[in-house]
Amino acid sequence: MLHVENLQVKYGAIAALKGISISIERGKIVTLLGTNGAGKTTTLRTISGLVKASGGCVRFEGKDITNHPCHEIVALGIAQSPEGRMIFSNLTVKENLEMGAYLRKDKMEIQKDMDFAFSIFPRLKERLKQPGGTLSGGEQQMLAISRALMTRPRLLMLDEPSLGIAPILVKTIFEKVVEINRELGMTILLVEQNAHLALQIAHFAYVIETGHLAIQGNAADIARNEDVRRAYLGET
Amino acid sequence: MSELLQQVINGISLGSIYALIAIGYTMVYGVLRFINFAHGDVFMVGAFVGYYATPHIMPLVGGSLILAGPIVLLLAMIVCSILGVTIEKLAYKPLRFRPKLTILITAIGISLFLEFGGQLVFGPDPKSFPTLFLSTTLIDSQNLVLRTTPIVVIGTAIILMLLLRFIVMNTKLGTAMRAVSFNQQAASLMGININTVISFTFVLGSSLAAAGGILYGTLYPSINPLMGIFPGLKAFISAVLGGIGNIPGAALGGLIIGMTETFVTGYLSPTYRDAIAFGILILILLFKPSGILGRHEAEKV
Ligand SMILES: Nc1ncnc2c1ncn2[C@@H]1O[C@H](COP(=O)(O)OP(=O)(O)OP(=O)(O)O)[C@@H](O)[C@H]1O
Ligand SMILES: [Mg+2]
Repeated sequence: MLHVENLQVKYGAIAALKGISISIERGKIVTLLGTNGAGKTTTLRTISGLVKASGGCVRFEGKDITNHPCHEIVALGIAQSPEGRMIFSNLTVKENLEMGAYLRKDKMEIQKDMDFAFSIFPRLKERLKQPGGTLSGGEQQMLAISRALMTRPRLLMLDEPSLGIAPILVKTIFEKVVEINRELGMTILLVEQNAHLALQIAHFAYVIETGHLAIQGNAADIARNEDVRRAYLGET
Repeated sequence: MSELLQQVINGISLGSIYALIAIGYTMVYGVLRFINFAHGDVFMVGAFVGYYATPHIMPLVGGSLILAGPIVLLLAMIVCSILGVTIEKLAYKPLRFRPKLTILITAIGISLFLEFGGQLVFGPDPKSFPTLFLSTTLIDSQNLVLRTTPIVVIGTAIILMLLLRFIVMNTKLGTAMRAVSFNQQAASLMGININTVISFTFVLGSSLAAAGGILYGTLYPSINPLMGIFPGLKAFISAVLGGIGNIPGAALGGLIIGMTETFVTGYLSPTYRDAIAFGILILILLFKPSGILGRHEAEKV
């Protein structure tokens, strides 16, 4: 479904990605792991078109989308729940969700998707009229994921959905990610610091290290891999 | 007492025109984070569209002021929308990722271009603005003269501002505008085309400025190509006073500046007419740079 080939990104003189290749199969949960500054966020942002690639290419469902404008990539079916959530603080929860559906005209289906979002995150329904900025961190994360869902993507990219959230809620959010994957058959690319949890729900995993691909394999195998455990799961 | 009432009416009339112009400054600042210094000159062009269009429109509507006013108003709004969007596309868009100073200086350049281009095209001498709206005297006592003109000016401004409020708060594109002004990247991730939203912002801002030009001509029926300079500056100050980026703030700021100016002219001395706005600007920058309704904007990462 998504093929990233030899992707390179530079921030000025600094090379953030030095040739990353990733393949994502339809219907799977794929996780992208790595320490701080490895280039995970940069990878997602480049796929989304927010950052320009200096080399390599991104193909989505057979179409070359490298360096296409972000809004066109969204229209093709790739959504991203960005790092730091980026909720529109000045818009209500409902308006945030409506912005997710910005490109859509199918009112009935939009309502259906909103109801699905409420079914996995009931908290949002109680907060519809509240400005996005007044939500708690966890609620904002739920909103960010729901808002991305509202674009009705075929590929959903989540950048650290567990960031700054209480462990109990992190588990809930991960369960919801699995639910989204199973119930909607949605393909998911999950970036995480919490490698342990991510590997539990993912089918396939990539580990990147300072802009290079270090390891890739089935999530279960990676979880058992000694090096990975030592480097990324905080075990010695 | 009735003199006070007179001043209040005059102040609100002038203030509502400043408010219309100020909203354009504040909206453009909201999405692009720069002051469009050519905005006051778009206001001037609006007045001139009225001046040149009226003789053509009048015969078509059989001289009916009920029809002529709104039609000419709409025409000026359309022409200025096109002008505003063109300025943005040609002059500002290529500089969007350059330092803000570059785009600011360009805006000043555009402003000068319109002012002196206007002198070339329209001629430098003042022209008398045609009567476009019903203009009769309702009350004429010793201290109070109430004509229909300020009622038309204030009424039109209120209708346009309510319309704007509806567009910004209740339509998809308006919501997208608010989203873009908060975070462009997040807005792109929703599939929002930033360029469309920016153009739309210029359409709204420029058409309100055009309406301001028509109403200004109606209130003070002598127009010239440099007429945009002072109202433009005062509207800019209004926007800062209300809190730059905040639309209700711009409207409120416009009213305050218009009232203050009228009162200073009436009760102190007309000499201070233009100076007072700058005095207010200095005070607001010293004591509350974020403006009356503006919130302190957290530094964005
Ligand atoms: N806008 C930017 N300008 C300059 N350098 C940047 C920019 N964004 C990221 N970088 C650099 O690129 C590298 C990769 O950053 P990126 O955000 O992709 O890492 P990450 O894997 O997402 O890290 P984290 O887990 O901390 O979020 C880092 O060295 C970072 O400093
Ligand atoms: Mg990151």
